[in-house]
Amino acid sequence: MRRTRHLTLIGACVLSLATAASACGSDGGGGSVPVSANPATTTEADISGTAVTLLTHESFWLSEGTLEAFTAATGVTVDHQTAGDAGEMVATAILTAGNPVGDVMFGVDNTFLQRALDADLFEAYESPALATVPDALQLDPGHRVTPIDYGDVCANYWIDRFDTDHPAPKTLADLADPAYADHLVVQNPETSSPGLAFLLATIAEFGDGWEDYWADLRANGVSVTAGWEDAYYGEFVSGGGDRPIVVSYASSPPAEVIYADPPVDTAPTGVIADTCFRQIEFAGILTGTDNRPAAEALVDFLLSDTFQEDIPLNMFVFPVSTTADLPQAFVDHAVLPDEPHVLAPADIEANRNAWTERWTEIVLR
Amino acid sequence: MLRGAARTACVVVPALFLGVFFLWPVAAILGRGLGGDGLDRLVDLPGDAVFLRVAWFTVWQAAASTVLTLLVGLPVAHLLARHRFRGRRLLRSLTTVPFVLPTVVVAGAFTAVFDRFGLDEGTLRMRHTVWALLAAHVFFNVAIVVRTVGTAWEGLDPRLDEQARVLGAAPWTVFRLVTLPRLAPALAAAASLVFLFCVTSFGVILILGGPTRATLETEIWRHAVWRGDLGSATALAIVQLVAVLVMVAVSNRLQRRRAVAERGATASPARHPRPAVLAGGLGLLAVVQGVPVLVLVERSLAVGDGYSLRHYGALADRVNLLPVSALGALRNTIVFAVAATGMAVLVGGLASLVVVHGRRWLSRLFDLGLMLPLGASAVTLGFGMLIALDEPPLDLRSSRWLVPVAHALIGIPFVMRTVVPTLRRIDPRLREAAAVLGASPARVRREIDWPIAARALAVGAAFSAAVSIGEFGATSFLPRHPDRLTAPLALFRLLGTPGDLLRGQAMALAVVLMALTGAAVFVIEGRSARRATVRGDF
Repeated sequence: MRRTRHLTLIGACVLSLATAASACGSDGGGGSVPVSANPATTTEADISGTAVTLLTHESFWLSEGTLEAFTAATGVTVDHQTAGDAGEMVATAILTAGNPVGDVMFGVDNTFLQRALDADLFEAYESPALATVPDALQLDPGHRVTPIDYGDVCANYWIDRFDTDHPAPKTLADLADPAYADHLVVQNPETSSPGLAFLLATIAEFGDGWEDYWADLRANGVSVTAGWEDAYYGEFVSGGGDRPIVVSYASSPPAEVIYADPPVDTAPTGVIADTCFRQIEFAGILTGTDNRPAAEALVDFLLSDTFQEDIPLNMFVFPVSTTADLPQAFVDHAVLPDEPHVLAPADIEANRNAWTERWTEIVLR
Repeated sequence: MLRGAARTACVVVPALFLGVFFLWPVAAILGRGLGGDGLDRLVDLPGDAVFLRVAWFTVWQAAASTVLTLLVGLPVAHLLARHRFRGRRLLRSLTTVPFVLPTVVVAGAFTAVFDRFGLDEGTLRMRHTVWALLAAHVFFNVAIVVRTVGTAWEGLDPRLDEQARVLGAAPWTVFRLVTLPRLAPALAAAASLVFLFCVTSFGVILILGGPTRATLETEIWRHAVWRGDLGSATALAIVQLVAVLVMVAVSNRLQRRRAVAERGATASPARHPRPAVLAGGLGLLAVVQGVPVLVLVERSLAVGDGYSLRHYGALADRVNLLPVSALGALRNTIVFAVAATGMAVLVGGLASLVVVHGRRWLSRLFDLGLMLPLGASAVTLGFGMLIALDEPPLDLRSSRWLVPVAHALIGIPFVMRTVVPTLRRIDPRLREAAAVLGASPARVRREIDWPIAARALAVGAAFSAAVSIGEFGATSFLPRHPDRLTAPLALFRLLGTPGDLLRGQAMALAVVLMALTGAAVFVIEGRSARRATVRGDF
């Protein structure tokens, strides 16, 4: 459906308050947050008193006090605006290119990245804070965008429906095995972000063989819905449906624990790690910004430990910075597949319309 | 009828509102698309098999939904308009309630209903069929028929029907030959509203219709947002707008031709409904609206294997994935609804005066133009506003006013479709009598037109409030401060993450949203009902 993306967030208020408190505590010394590590181009005095607009998709959320820590350190106030889901945000940003609604945009992911780059949405900026970010996550050598967080789209299964006689599938290929007939529900890659990510995972895995694979899935009774909600709540066991495998996120099992009612100790669902597709979220300075120095400082801040350590418990994805500590609650619940599937953003953009059209012919017609 | 400054205001306010907030943005986005490769795409469309299938399905499903909605709505409208019984006003308010439900919630309720009644197996399978889609459209829109036609029906002089019956006509004959022709303008008005709503239906098509069904509306969204193909989206948007324009023009013609002045319903006898009529009307409502709503209520109360009010208690606490609590989102929704309804009543009311009393060309232009926003796709309007209203003095892109303005654009047609037929039916002899007795034109309007129109205006206001409370289209693209989250958006985000806690809270929020709408409609119309008795004294 319209809002297909879901980022899970942890409900433990105590924990996020603690994070916020520590964030406030760390800048108590007066601007010690690593905000502008490049004083030659940006000094706090230059930008203090100005305002910067941060444009995000609407699944973006932080602990109270995190953005205020930035303001306390730099004197720059942040006006936060949301603009639909990730796809809508990119589409509307392309429409308003040159006269952007904001200065910094957060939340364009690797499946939409090339489209945004092709439209010259962003001004290049190589943040000095990138030193703590692994090269594998820095997909744009021109530094028009800066990686901020990452997570995975994976098939989830309902654990109770499987046992030693009927073990849960382990691989993408297993899903086409007749032993798992009528088990799987996926989202239409023409209307859903996890649906597209899962199609990309199969293309990364099987190469040209992906068409045959999907023909096999169809023969095996795969069900298709328009969006995530309809799949998870309409057909998956969790919502009362009878399909025990669904395309969702690596962070869904922890959410099943955290938002359980009544409370449970262990997740009723598990992740099939071999099916995962890696999604990386980026931030960039929008072309046409009228406050580039403050925008640079904000991008630096998004990579600071203060911000990075606040990401996991609020958006339930992983911070890109290697110096950010992961909260214990996150370590306990989160799943990070060893070798998720990946595809280059340029390949995705060049082929996605052809792939999804072909997919529609194979699976739906 | 209208003179001087009053006439100028009646014309200028609606014209400016429509021009600045609808025509200019739509022209801007269509111009942008055509400037790209939109024109080529438009030229290619007639030979495009996929397009032809989508266009046919769009019209077909909207027409079928409209006919079904009329069939279900008419008996209910008859029951509510022609009879007195305990709980009548409450029941009438309740029919409006489904109107505000986000589709994702309704789809969930329908799926649960299909499940429970064994409609999800074998040949009876409803899920992802066109029947599910039609049932949902009836569920949403039956209120439009009940209210629009019902208001007109109450205004019909029942003595005509009685005379026919005394002369020996069978009830069906009376209805067909005496009642129906006089209801035609209201029927045309209701049908056009339902049709437009079904043309621009989005979530119902995608979720209940299943992945193989597409309409112009869903295709515009897919091309513009998902594929980044503004040209194709523009071509489809132009087709949609032209189709809507033609449809509205035809419907308006019908409404004008059939408009008959009628003595007011002051002599309307209150009679108790025959058991069959009562049971029939209530039964229809129960099946079409009651069951899905009850399923939602049940889900909002379910906790584990039992029931509790816990989800309702939790509405005041902010969940971590929402910037405000569910109650805070409800508050935002109410503020937007009040602003949007105010604008819709003002602009729609003035425009209705122009349609009924203005010059012929102006009347037709207003009647046509102000209906269009209802039939324009959310993407066209939302994207258009973003690129058109981006320079001072109209840099409204992140203004808090843009959301209620967008809501008002959709509310205005409802105000006009209830007010215009009512104004047209005012017996000219009433006015002539007043004029002969020395009343000034202004006094005639105040003493005759206003009390009669107030009732219809209230029905229109109630609908625009409901539209605003449930709106989930154009405004989802507009930049927004996160704290100004509305209840439908909050609901969507609660359902976007696994966990029974969130789902339970979403269901509780949906029920509160319904209750709020029911109460708002009840109150708005209650006030007007008291006021309407004034005309009985005249």
